[in-house]
Amino acid sequence: MDLTWTDEEEAFRAEARAWLEENLAAWYDEHGGPENIRSGDTREGFAQHLTWERRLHEGRWAAVSWPAAYGGRDASLWEWLIFEEEYYRAGAPPRITQNGIFLLAPTVFEFGNEAQRAHVLPRMAAAEDLWCQGWSEPDAGSDLAGITSRATRVEGGWRLDGQKTWTTRGAFCTHLFGLFRTDPEAERHRGLSYLLVPLDLDGVTVRGFGRLDGDEGFAEVFFDGAFLPDDAIPGGVLLGEEGEGWRVAMATTGSERGLTLRSPGRFLATAHRLVELYRERPAPRLRERLVDAWMRAEAYRLFTLETVTRLAGGAVMGPESSINKIWWSELDCDLHEIALELLGPDAELEGRWSKGWQFALSGPIYAGTNEIQRNIAAERVLGLPRR
Amino acid sequence: MRFGFDDDQVAFRDAVRELLEKECPPAAVRAAWEAPPGELDRTVWDRLTEMGVLATLAPAEADGLGLDERSLVLVLEEAGRAALPHPLVDTAAVAAPLLAGTPSGEGPGPAGVPDAHGIGMVATDLGGPYVACAADADWLLLRDPATGALHLVDPATVVLRPVDTVDGARRAAAVDWQPAPESLVTDDPAAIELARDRGAFGAAAVLVGLAQRMLDMTVAYVSERRQFGVPVGSFQAVKHRLADALKELAFARPAVHRAAHSLATGAETRSRDVAMAKAMASDAARFVGRQALQCHGAIGYTVEHDLHLYLKRTWALAAAWGDAAWHRERVARALGV
Repeated sequence: MDLTWTDEEEAFRAEARAWLEENLAAWYDEHGGPENIRSGDTREGFAQHLTWERRLHEGRWAAVSWPAAYGGRDASLWEWLIFEEEYYRAGAPPRITQNGIFLLAPTVFEFGNEAQRAHVLPRMAAAEDLWCQGWSEPDAGSDLAGITSRATRVEGGWRLDGQKTWTTRGAFCTHLFGLFRTDPEAERHRGLSYLLVPLDLDGVTVRGFGRLDGDEGFAEVFFDGAFLPDDAIPGGVLLGEEGEGWRVAMATTGSERGLTLRSPGRFLATAHRLVELYRERPAPRLRERLVDAWMRAEAYRLFTLETVTRLAGGAVMGPESSINKIWWSELDCDLHEIALELLGPDAELEGRWSKGWQFALSGPIYAGTNEIQRNIAAERVLGLPRR
Repeated sequence: MRFGFDDDQVAFRDAVRELLEKECPPAAVRAAWEAPPGELDRTVWDRLTEMGVLATLAPAEADGLGLDERSLVLVLEEAGRAALPHPLVDTAAVAAPLLAGTPSGEGPGPAGVPDAHGIGMVATDLGGPYVACAADADWLLLRDPATGALHLVDPATVVLRPVDTVDGARRAAAVDWQPAPESLVTDDPAAIELARDRGAFGAAAVLVGLAQRMLDMTVAYVSERRQFGVPVGSFQAVKHRLADALKELAFARPAVHRAAHSLATGAETRSRDVAMAKAMASDAARFVGRQALQCHGAIGYTVEHDLHLYLKRTWALAAAWGDAAWHRERVARALGV
C-alpha cells in the first residue's frame, strides 16, 4: 500500500493544471466572461461548450485515457483520475460529450471493428460527431429489456420504427447509439441489437423538452420507418453481433455506474466549495452534516483508489459498481441540500447551488435508478435470491 | 499509488482468520460473558501470542514482527469478525508500539516490564473510563487524569470496580489507582496522542469486522428463512436494507485502511484520517447492526441467537475510543470549520 503519486504522475497533474488554468481563462474571454456562459444543456450553451470541447481536443485532453491514435494520450487510470480531479478543481464546465466518450467509446473499443473505431472515435474526441444515448422508451425505463423500438432488415440497411425518450442533449447531438429489437419473435433480453444512428436520417424526428431544471436537456426521438443504411458509419452501423445488443449494452453500464461517469474529483470539488460556503455563512447546527458529507466525498475518493488498484491488477468491474452509483448520487444530493440550508432564504434564488441541487436530484434516477442498483447489489454481490 | 494489500499481509490475515474460526467461535464469546473476573480463557490469546500478532507493531530489535498498521489492520478486522473478547486493540495496536521503546529495565519505562514480545495482555483506559478485561490483563496502561501521562501499572496494585456494560464479554471495570513516578511510561503529549490515535484506529478496524460478520450472518439467514413460501431475502424491502448495509460498510472500510497508511507513514493528516475512520466505522457498524437485527426479525431479538454477541460489541466499540460525533468534531477542526 502506497498512497503517494510518482514524479511522472505529479508532472502530469502539473501539466493538466497549467493547461486548464490558461485555457479556461481564454475560453471565458472568448465568450466575454464566465457570466455569459450558459448551461451546456441549452441550445445556446451547447454551442458555447462545443468551443470548449474543441479546445480540449486540441490540447489532447478530450479523452486522456484513449490511445494516442484515436485522439487520447494513453493515460493510465491513475492519470485519468488525476485529470478529473484537476478538471473539477479548476471549475471547468460539465462535458457535453461525456455520453459518447464515457459510455459509447468503451463499447466501441470492446466490440467495434477497426473501421468503426477509426471513424467513430477520433470524430467523437474532436466533438465533430456528438453522441446521445437512445435506450429508454416511454414504456421501458427501469425495465430496459422491455423496449419495443424495432430495426427491420431491409435491402442495404435497416428500417427503424419506434420512440426513444429521456435522451440527454438529444436535441443538440448528431448521432445516437441505441438499442433496437431486431428479432420481433425473441423475448426481452434476446433479439436486441446495438445500432449507431445518424440523427439526420429522413424519418427521424427529434423533439427537445425541458427538464426539471428548466434546460432543454431531454429529447424524445421518433423513428417513422427511417432507413438506416449499413454504410452510414464506416465499418457498419451494427456494434457487436446482431441479437447481442443486450450484452454489448451492459458492458458500458459497468463503467457508467462504476467509475467513468462520475469521478471523485467532481464531488471533492463540490465538497470543497461547500466548506468554503460554510466559512462564509457558518451555521453550527449544520456543522456535523457538513463534516459527514465531506467525509463521504473523501471516502468516495478512497473507494475509487481501491477500485483502480484492483483494475490495474487485472480485475474487471463487477456488480459492486452498483453501490458506487448509489453512493455518489446520494452524496451529490446531500452536498447540495446542505448548501441550500446554509443559504437560508437565498436558497430560493436561481444560482449555482440551486441549479446544482436540481441536477443532483436526477442522479438517483439516471443510469439505472438507485432502486434497481439496490436490487443488483443485493442479488449479484450479496447473492440474495431472485424472485 | 497502490491502495491494496500485499500477499504477506493477506496471508497474515488468513492465518489469523483460520485460528479465530477455530478457537473463537460464538461459544467462546459466550464463555467470556460467563467467566468470573480474572478467569478469561487464554487459549486463543496464547495462540495469537505465538503467532506474533501481539507484537506486530513492535520493532524486530524488541522481538516484534517489525511491521506497521497496514499489516495489523486486516488482523484487527478478523478480531472483529470473531468478536474476540480479549483486548487485542489495547495490547497490539496501542501498548506494543508504545512500550517497544522502553526495553525491560533500561529505558524510561517502568522497571520489570518485559519486552514487547512478552508483554502479555494489556488493558487500557485511554479509550474511555471503562477498561475492558481489566481483571484479566497482565498490565494496565492507565492515564493519569491530572496530567494525562501514561503509566503501566501492575493490576495487583489497583482496585477494580466492575461495571455492567451492554456487552458482557467486554468484562469491563473502572480502575482506582495512584500514579507513581516508577510506573510512568510517557508524559509526552505527542506520544499520548499517537497512542490514542492507534486505539481509535484499532477500534475502527474491529468495527469493520463486526459489521462484516453481521452482514454475512444476515445474508445467510434471509436466504434460508422462508415466509409466504419464499426466502424472505427475495423481498425487495429486505434486499434494499442489506444493499445499504453493504454500501455503508464498503465505503467505511477504505477510510480505515487509509488511516492505517497514515499511521504507518506518519502522515501530516494522521489524526484527521483516524478520526474520519472511527467516525465512519462507528456509524457504518451501527447501521449494519440495525439492518441485521431488523432482517433477522424476532429470532435476532433473543440472547439464544448469536447476533446479539456482535451487535452488543458494536455498540460498545462505537462508543469507546471517541464516538462518531466526537471524531467528526476533530475532522471539523482539521477542515477549519
